[in-house]
Amino acid sequence: MSCVQTIQDYALRSIGIGERLLPKGDMTLCEHVTLIGSGLIWNIYYGALALFFGFFLANAIAVAKASGNPWLRKPAEWFVFVFRGSPLFIQFFLAYETFVLLPRTGIDLHLGFTTITVATSWLSKAWAGALIVLFLNTAAYSGEIFYGALRSVPKGDIEAADAYGMSGWSRFRRVIWPTMMRLAWPAYTNEAIFLFHATTLVYFSGFPAFQQKGDALYYATYFASKTFNPFVAYPVIAAYFIVLTLSIIGLFGVVNRYLNRHLPKERRSRIRLRPQIIR
Amino acid sequence: MFNSCADPATIEGLTWLLCYLTTGKHLLFYTSFGVVLLLMLITAPAALAFGFGGAMAARSHFLPLSLIGKAYTAMVRGVPDIIFFLFVPIALDQAFEYLRHKTKCPDWDQPIWQGNDFVVCAEAKLPLSSSPQWIHETYGFTLAVLAFAVVFGAFASNVIYGAMQAVPRAQMETAEAYGMSHRQSFWRILVPQMWVYALPGLSNLWMILIKATPLLFLLGVRDIVYWARELGGSKTSHFDYPHPDWRVWYFVALLFFYLLMTKLSEKVLRRITLRLSHGQATLAGEMQRKAAR
Repeated sequence: MSCVQTIQDYALRSIGIGERLLPKGDMTLCEHVTLIGSGLIWNIYYGALALFFGFFLANAIAVAKASGNPWLRKPAEWFVFVFRGSPLFIQFFLAYETFVLLPRTGIDLHLGFTTITVATSWLSKAWAGALIVLFLNTAAYSGEIFYGALRSVPKGDIEAADAYGMSGWSRFRRVIWPTMMRLAWPAYTNEAIFLFHATTLVYFSGFPAFQQKGDALYYATYFASKTFNPFVAYPVIAAYFIVLTLSIIGLFGVVNRYLNRHLPKERRSRIRLRPQIIR
Repeated sequence: MFNSCADPATIEGLTWLLCYLTTGKHLLFYTSFGVVLLLMLITAPAALAFGFGGAMAARSHFLPLSLIGKAYTAMVRGVPDIIFFLFVPIALDQAFEYLRHKTKCPDWDQPIWQGNDFVVCAEAKLPLSSSPQWIHETYGFTLAVLAFAVVFGAFASNVIYGAMQAVPRAQMETAEAYGMSHRQSFWRILVPQMWVYALPGLSNLWMILIKATPLLFLLGVRDIVYWARELGGSKTSHFDYPHPDWRVWYFVALLFFYLLMTKLSEKVLRRITLRLSHGQATLAGEMQRKAAR
């Protein structure tokens, strides 16, 4: 079978388009590259969406954690502690088992005058359940990063804002928040990278792959277990992730330059990759 | 375990729960917590040694050695660690078997890679197919420990390399001024001083190591995740202690175990930081000096 044919069959296999049966027998390098690359669609889906939604929750958590009101601060602190203090692996398992226990028919909500049925079966599917876990997880990690940045916003900036007569929301929106983003951005880039790395755990823990539609690691382990040769499949997926990591660094670097554009060149913060926040 | 548990069908309430939680399988579940702790206690020094070696190699003036050290340090940056956890044990296992095969069966004429199979002669198998079950389990655990040590060694060598660079240059210059050789100034000046710089990174690594232990389950070791799934799954009336699907509760227990470990480690690491800052030329060390006066 030619490589073009393989690409036609398997390039979109992970989302259910193309050949139904996975390759068998002698597996070519082309099949490895195509199928693992097709699995990468899911990694990008989980990573991008969790990062996007997580960003908003993380801002809310950072502000809540820095707030003087214990009713806001304590829940935020506990949220961050629980999600940062336990393995993502266990969080996936726990979430899946909880979602499976929900009644298949849905939950009846009695609102007094009427009853609505909330469907719950979609929660135990990977595309929704795993996304929720990753969303909460990244929100906790980036919330902590944003909180640290919020606390290191220079005092002078806030005093200057006060002097201009800004307060409350406009002071936060125009002065504190942009500085907080600028300070947090290098660490947040790391968080994004490791979030994408963490998406490989989805089909490994709890959530089953429906009709063999899995992520990149799912197909890599499929190949490795079928050929009993780890020296092809794992380097292929490693290469994909190196490319993914480099593109994230490039993308976040653009934003970083935008956030730092008002500063003299030598004071701009550079993005450095530090393997510090793996879950 | 208790005499009163002889017939589980007749007891109920708290006694039932007590009997249920002390069955033989549950005792195995409790010992598997020990396996996890054992893994952490073995891996931490092993990874530190790997990391130290990696950092020393990266600093070496001999080019090939320094390239190897730098490649090892950079290895874990762009690739998810889980890929290494899957790759390293299989690769090591095949490497060991290949080497044993080459030495033990020199007159074997078939290829080792037969299509989709990896075939070595029976004497080269690791562990031997005739060996008892515990040897198989120990071998699996050893491979897991090696995989953890290699991956975390790469993380640690990153941290240690940075810490060695962070030791003030003046300290090394003073050592040279005293006439110490390269080796002497490394062991007597650099190594004792670098720990305080390495500690934030290393404590971070320890936290990551705690959270990476459930991956043991992926490597086929009967760890706490294995037993939680095994024991929590719903049991029909054929079993002595029938119950519905209780896996959620078991995983909640695991969650608490990990949160507890995190909290404890934070406390211990804070004390170590305080202790290591003693007498150091850093802000924290200076504050201790002033407070003592």
